[in-house]
Amino acid sequence: MANSNHSAGGASHGSFKSYMVGFVLSVILTVIPFGLVMFPSMSKDAILAIILVFAVVQVIVHLVYFLHLDRSSEQRWNVIAFIFSAVIIAFLVGLSLWIMFSIHHFMMAK
Amino acid sequence: MSNTVLHGDVAHGHDHGHDDHHDAGGVTVFGFWIYLMTDCILFSCLFAAYAVLSGNVAGGPSGHEIFELDYVLVETFLLLFSSITFGFSMLAMHKGNKSGVLLWLFITFLFGAGFIGMEINEFHKLIGEGFGPDRSGFLSGFFTLVGTHGLHVSSGLLWMAVLIAQISKKGLTATNQTRMSCLSLFWHFLDVVWICVFTVVYLMGAL
Repeated sequence: MANSNHSAGGASHGSFKSYMVGFVLSVILTVIPFGLVMFPSMSKDAILAIILVFAVVQVIVHLVYFLHLDRSSEQRWNVIAFIFSAVIIAFLVGLSLWIMFSIHHFMMAK
Repeated sequence: MSNTVLHGDVAHGHDHGHDDHHDAGGVTVFGFWIYLMTDCILFSCLFAAYAVLSGNVAGGPSGHEIFELDYVLVETFLLLFSSITFGFSMLAMHKGNKSGVLLWLFITFLFGAGFIGMEINEFHKLIGEGFGPDRSGFLSGFFTLVGTHGLHVSSGLLWMAVLIAQISKKGLTATNQTRMSCLSLFWHFLDVVWICVFTVVYLMGAL
């Protein structure tokens, strides 16, 4: 492969092949949600669910193929830091939205 | 790339630096990763603010009326192309191919500059139509979120220009390789943020 002159042990550098796999997957995962919104062919709720799922999958594709997060020991601390941040973000965004939309619901009832 | 956290083999396979040098590079890249995680939290706050404000159009336009999805699709592809060309630059670096690194970095820079140019044009058009950040809560949130991402991309471009000069002058030294690894993380991270932006802001706004 493109990185054949590497010594062993640096497996998560990424190779030409892994970058191309990531790129092709990203193109597919970008074009389909855009197409669904630009040329709607099903209910709004279904489209919303699909584009959210595609965004999450594409973020994971980028993390794996471009940012090279994996389960190797070299990556362990990067992954732990990422998971910790993801938990913080889930609390931050989830609870903020919950509080704000509850306030909206109880105060204005619009 | 980002493989180096504990074992620090940024420059492995090449003929410069000592082991402690490499470890220092690995720790630097890990530290940069921690910074990116804090940047993630900054962006998530802006996303939360946008989500709360996005319905408050104050009689002004909603996302449905002002977003042009074909335009955003082109922007998205410019950023995606710049991600893959940066990847090619990293591959050239691991092979010790200095001119390849510079060529791919330059192409990445052009794609990134194209993205920023399109975004400035979009902002300019919206403000010209009277839909600036002062028009409604929705537009304040929109300009803050998308503008912060644009500022990050602009800083990435500045960093890239400096790095092109440094590499063409000093070559692929261990220090420059560490800088490349950090910028690579930064650049791919910005593309990840953009995925969330085009999904939450543009696609959900136009739905």
